[in-house]
Amino acid sequence: MALQTATQGTGAQGDSVGLAARLGQNRTFLGVLFMLPAAMVLILLLAYPLGLGVWLGLTDTRIGRAGIFIGLENYEFLFDDSVFWLSVFNTFLYTVVASIVKFGLGLWLALLLNNHLPFKAFLRAIVLLPWIVPTVLSAIAFWWIYDSQFSIISWTLIQLGVIDHYINFLGDPDMARASVIAANVWRGIPFVAITLLAGLQTIPQSLYEAAVIDGASPWQRFRFITFPMLTPIIAVVMTFSVLFTFTDFQLIYVLTRGGPLNATHLMATLSFQRAIPGGQLGEGAAIAVAMIPFLLAAIMFSYFGLQRRRWQQGGGD
Amino acid sequence: MGFTRRDLLKSGAAVTAGLAGSRLIGMGSAQAQNTLSFKPEEGAELRVLRWRRFVEGDERLWMENTKKFTEMTGVPVRVDSESWEDVRPKAAVAANVGSGPDIIVGWFDDPHQYPDKLVPVTDLAEYLGGKYGGWYDAAQRYGMRGGEWIGLPLGASGACMVYRQSWVQEAGYETFPTDYQEVLDCAKKLKANGHPMGLALGNAVGDGNGWTHTILWGFGGKMVDEDNNVVLNSQETVNALEYVKELYENFIPGTLSWLDPNNNKAFLAGDVGATINGISVYYAAGHSDDPAMKEIAKDINHVNMPIGPVGHPTELHLFTQAMVFGYTKYPNAAKEYLRFMWEKEQYEPWQQAAQGYISHPLDAYASNPVWTDDPKNTPYRDCVKNMLWNGYSGDLGYASAAAMADYIVVNMFAEAASGDRTPKEAAERAAKRAERYYRV
Repeated sequence: MALQTATQGTGAQGDSVGLAARLGQNRTFLGVLFMLPAAMVLILLLAYPLGLGVWLGLTDTRIGRAGIFIGLENYEFLFDDSVFWLSVFNTFLYTVVASIVKFGLGLWLALLLNNHLPFKAFLRAIVLLPWIVPTVLSAIAFWWIYDSQFSIISWTLIQLGVIDHYINFLGDPDMARASVIAANVWRGIPFVAITLLAGLQTIPQSLYEAAVIDGASPWQRFRFITFPMLTPIIAVVMTFSVLFTFTDFQLIYVLTRGGPLNATHLMATLSFQRAIPGGQLGEGAAIAVAMIPFLLAAIMFSYFGLQRRRWQQGGGD
Repeated sequence: MGFTRRDLLKSGAAVTAGLAGSRLIGMGSAQAQNTLSFKPEEGAELRVLRWRRFVEGDERLWMENTKKFTEMTGVPVRVDSESWEDVRPKAAVAANVGSGPDIIVGWFDDPHQYPDKLVPVTDLAEYLGGKYGGWYDAAQRYGMRGGEWIGLPLGASGACMVYRQSWVQEAGYETFPTDYQEVLDCAKKLKANGHPMGLALGNAVGDGNGWTHTILWGFGGKMVDEDNNVVLNSQETVNALEYVKELYENFIPGTLSWLDPNNNKAFLAGDVGATINGISVYYAAGHSDDPAMKEIAKDINHVNMPIGPVGHPTELHLFTQAMVFGYTKYPNAAKEYLRFMWEKEQYEPWQQAAQGYISHPLDAYASNPVWTDDPKNTPYRDCVKNMLWNGYSGDLGYASAAAMADYIVVNMFAEAASGDRTPKEAAERAAKRAERYYRV
């Protein structure tokens, strides 16, 4: 409106006033106009960097030197790189295991919190803590928890006489993978739990009452009421959860730098390592771009899969 | 390790001749050997980015010296510091976008990644070399490219074997040995006595790269030859891997996960009897208020990193040098600042305040009393003198930086040590990874 008034105020000739006034009434024009700021934000802050990343991945840009277009050479190069494939494997393992565990535990926690508990609001606030603490801080805490010499877990177990030597949390490839996944799960559960809790509270109580009258067992009530009613929100939560997990960086960077033997290198951390300390911006960008198809697939799966009506109604395909 | 042709430029006349040959700003103000100075531009001000201190005294003296510079020249200088690993990406971004601090004190082969974005400092480097006994070989390697100085070496955060005197004596050695086989023997005895060694084998930028390269080169193995051909997959490399595999069996458990801070923590907690580190462990223990720490400090001793079958030191340290960026509006002020900070009157007190945390690149500073006042500091004196360079014995540049950042050598040792791969397989794989960066 302010714009319209201003235009009218400065318009000297009748024609231009008429045009401005007509435009001011034109819904299409106004629609575009009002969307412009949001579009600019999206274009400048999302589309442009994404496009630049894709472009960089097709060049041999190095730090301090503009690159030239080299087509898919970076990708061919990565195809032969065992460390890259190891990072792809790690990323998948990390994402799949962490997401499933986060979903299972998060749903469980949501169901528990959905009951009538004393200090309900307080408990719900506490549950959010791991999520609100800055990732780097919690990562540093885990770094101490997993330390090969000062681990509180190892120390406690030794004091209790359960084990006789410190656990090598981050020094053995498989243990390291399990440890970073556990840290990620700890951090991710609150998000899943609180969002699912919100979903649970939208399910009408009457459905449960009707089911109880029909003699449904608690499991049946969960299976045929709670779960189907919750699927749309599960789809959203899990999409986000998968995206966050797939692109995790801070946790790995603080805990292991991708070690030992690159067993915990994710695509995101490898991309950084190659691009910034290694100076190979093009190659780093290519690794980052290689994450996009997987991320798209994850999004497609949740949107077109989990949101299907039949699934929500508890049927098969 | 001798000096270089730069040493010949000792007379004032020679320096002037050398200067005349370089195309440089501020050349006119260069006078005789002992009094080079650059006239800061009108209204000049400087922004300096450096790595955050590891020891308190470093920053204190650096700022005091900077203040002195401002008082003398009227040029205000703002000094920012960043965690040491963050300086590299920042410097790279500054080079890429063409704006940022006028001077960045960066690491390793940084200047060789963007040489054309830097102001050459040949006149300054030749002047300092002439005045202060010449630059060590490694410093020249790092600082020069194609006959020009593109970086001004500040020195290296040197690493030595840091050990507990009493435990090493208990193991039957008066001081920690430097011969590879004796080191292994000592490691075994330390382990048997419950004070094992521990050296980082995780993706630790400084600690991991330092000692693994030293051992690799000590056996005569190297990633590339003088012509940058990858020659890593060699019998020498396999020998080095087999040696470290045996050494690793005598380490404290968990070193595969160790990042840079782990060995400091473990050493100060009394969990390890020996490790390879900068002087910061000794500094931290000695400057602590905790009497237990002071006791540890008394028992700490240092010795240079072991010398391998090749018969000469093959050390690798965290090398740091200043770069003046081409986009600066005040190149003369920047060079004058560096000159001032590198002069004996400022450099030596700074080195003393940091208790020798940075080993000098110029030979004359070997006589700095900081190295002899406390004999435990002495081994750190020769770190730069004893060191080779990233990507030895090839060129510094993109490939050496990328190969180091990708932890190829560290991973190779970790794979062999953990038994994940045989030494032969680990060497093959590492060579393949190296070839990716050294192709063409």
